[in-house]
Amino acid sequence: MAKGTIPRRDFLAAAGAAGAGVAAAALPAAKAQAAPAQSAEVPTETWLVLTAEEAAFYSAVADTIIPADALSPSGTECGIPVFIDRQLASAWGAGARMYRAGPFHPGMPEQGYQLPLTPCDFFSAGVVAANAWSHKTYGKTFDRLTPDQRIEALTVMETGKAEFEDFDARAFFQRLLTITMEGFFSDPIYGGNRGKASWRMLGFPGLPATYADKIEEYRNKRYVAEPRSIADFS
Amino acid sequence: MATRLKEIDAVVIGMGWAGAIMARELTLAGLHVVGLERGPDRRPAQDFALPGIRDELKYQQRLELMGDNSIDTITFRNRPDQLSLPIRRWSAFLPGEGVGGTGNHWGGAHWRFQPDDFQLRSYLEGRYGAKAVPDTMTIQDWPVGYDELEPYYDRFDKVCGVSGKAGNLKGRKIQGGNVFEGPRSSEYPNRAMPSSEGGSMFAAASTSLGYHPFPVPFSAASAPYKNIYGVSMGACQECGFCTRTACEASAKASAVTTIMPALRQDPKFELRTRAFVSKLLYDKAAKRVTGVLYTDMKTGMEYEQPANIVVLSGFVFTNTHMLLHSGIGEPYDHLTGKGQVGRNYCYQFEAPAVAFFPEKELNPYMGSPGGGVVIDDFNNASFDHSGLGFVGGGYFAGSSGGAPPIDGRSVPAGTPSWGSQWKRETVKWYYHAVHFNTQGSVYAHRDNYMDIDPTYRDALGRPLLRLTYNGTDNDHAMSRYLLSRLEGIIKAMGPAHYELRPRPKNFTIVPYQSTHNAGGTIMGTNPGNSVVNRYLQTWDAHNLFVMGASTFPQQHGYNPTGTLGALALWSADKIKTSYLKNPGPLVHV
Repeated sequence: MAKGTIPRRDFLAAAGAAGAGVAAAALPAAKAQAAPAQSAEVPTETWLVLTAEEAAFYSAVADTIIPADALSPSGTECGIPVFIDRQLASAWGAGARMYRAGPFHPGMPEQGYQLPLTPCDFFSAGVVAANAWSHKTYGKTFDRLTPDQRIEALTVMETGKAEFEDFDARAFFQRLLTITMEGFFSDPIYGGNRGKASWRMLGFPGLPATYADKIEEYRNKRYVAEPRSIADFS
Repeated sequence: MATRLKEIDAVVIGMGWAGAIMARELTLAGLHVVGLERGPDRRPAQDFALPGIRDELKYQQRLELMGDNSIDTITFRNRPDQLSLPIRRWSAFLPGEGVGGTGNHWGGAHWRFQPDDFQLRSYLEGRYGAKAVPDTMTIQDWPVGYDELEPYYDRFDKVCGVSGKAGNLKGRKIQGGNVFEGPRSSEYPNRAMPSSEGGSMFAAASTSLGYHPFPVPFSAASAPYKNIYGVSMGACQECGFCTRTACEASAKASAVTTIMPALRQDPKFELRTRAFVSKLLYDKAAKRVTGVLYTDMKTGMEYEQPANIVVLSGFVFTNTHMLLHSGIGEPYDHLTGKGQVGRNYCYQFEAPAVAFFPEKELNPYMGSPGGGVVIDDFNNASFDHSGLGFVGGGYFAGSSGGAPPIDGRSVPAGTPSWGSQWKRETVKWYYHAVHFNTQGSVYAHRDNYMDIDPTYRDALGRPLLRLTYNGTDNDHAMSRYLLSRLEGIIKAMGPAHYELRPRPKNFTIVPYQSTHNAGGTIMGTNPGNSVVNRYLQTWDAHNLFVMGASTFPQQHGYNPTGTLGALALWSADKIKTSYLKNPGPLVHV
């Protein structure tokens, strides 16, 4: 499947399939399109690398980190699970340009990431650990928690109080937060930031970013422009 | 078995700033030069073009232009008694790869060191007494003075089309420029970039406190410029993406925008990319290198390239590693202090701050690093250190701009990092932040060094370089002092809120801090205090010249590239005027 061509409807349906309507609930505008009754039959090939469980997890996380409000649509509406799927399927996700030889030691925090896992493997293992912890703590996987429970669960992970089995919950949360923010704020060509939602929210004009004639004109005066992405110039 | 190629006049290892300068100068002198670059070619017209170059995820986050850690990395630990572990992906510092090297993605801060920096130990002991320098601090004088280097600083300015404002023209001090700088023989080639609004606010507050603000010297053309190699540069477009990415306007100076266009036309120069040099071939008895061994990464074939002159111009880690791995010089032993290769590793002690001004509209995505305003009142010789308990210093910079959305959003500490409140705060502050930095010196310490790692290997099977480094008490005290002075300026700006971000006690290889690494193959007056002499010629092989910040005896309170370029031009001049006529040691001890 060519980059940038995942049909929105398929994505929404797949996200809803394992999300038991949670993703769809966060998407009132899209609900009518999403044919919820058939969603469970939507083939998982919609995703490049995500399993249905992972897609549901990321949708729930994206909508908790980026909730729909007056400032932007929800994380899922902004395409963050699509972004995560494509990133994990990319060369970066597969660990390109990463030193992966052993021996392996946990090391000191000052020594940085020391696991053999590629980003794709790391996130995969993280979702399993997070859902196992969620099940133990709440009796359900993360995507089936109520919005308030999700906030509580992510807060516990962020502050390092969640104890995942054989996995660093805090490190997982930090990387989850980073990739979600990357998906929200990066150029829409990667599948996130749909409709340049975050750029509109911030007032970031995107491209072409040639401001040599605007520095003086807009000194201490807000510059406003319709945001444009790489795709708008391609 | 390596295939032996035909001998050439000179081989250059690493086509970053220093390598490109040397290749250009030696071809102009009539030599045939082969440039070996382990990364890909970088051609601005194809590789740095709009719209794709404006991709924050690709360049700033995924580090498109940086070295490939899967092929080669270093190991790191804070202290000699710790287990050193590999840096699995660059973060604290970002060495580049490919033609142009780290110079493709730098921020273009183009500085000279102060005259007294070149005689650091003598200056400190002369001014503050023999005990001013602790026993563990292994700083030393440079074997070259500012006045000797000045013509080459000047020439490098004219390679790069630097935009700025002189503060000392032939000894005449000029307000509005850096009055603490050494005498310059000429004004900057291009007028300074316009200050960002945040920079102007910083300037006004600094002036009110009696300091001496001036525009940051920026290695980019503020107007179209033709440099001394006949290469045309465009004007800076104030895109706001400069650092970690490259320039579509060929306005930011790098080897690919200012030197390679001329070199590519020169039949005396041959560029071989994806040519990974694994070793220098050393004839210890003859005190010369006979050539280099490299692997062509496109074919897997190994070649021996014999050469009359070998220029080693990689990053600090590459240069040090190459000498250690090739058995040239004596490895440094931190317990005995013996040996020179790997000694005096120095980082840069940058500590930032941020302040928020809700009433100001700062358009944070616009501008260039040249929109920053700096003061140099707290650098090494700019102020009296009596009674302060530390030596060293650095400049302060303030600016708004250059804040793309993934990595450039600042919110006050304590703001939630996600959720609706985070969103509100993010929007509330995005247009209103001014960022500051203190560019602190790092003075060498006997326990900060590089050697060969006993465990980990690179893709060619060579043992990795091991870096042992931590911030010293002196440098922490220096940095705290700089931040306390900066705080006074920030307060005078009247922000709604501000935060100082002091350095953590232990140096950590995440997150990004500075790419300014130095030392390992340092310059000195004799083989007992250095790896290379004042002309960057190694003491152990007269036809081997080592270029780059690896030759700095310590790190001063400025960005290194201006001095790195000047040194390459200075060395090239000596090779052309003396070495070619009479190959042999250029300094006799």
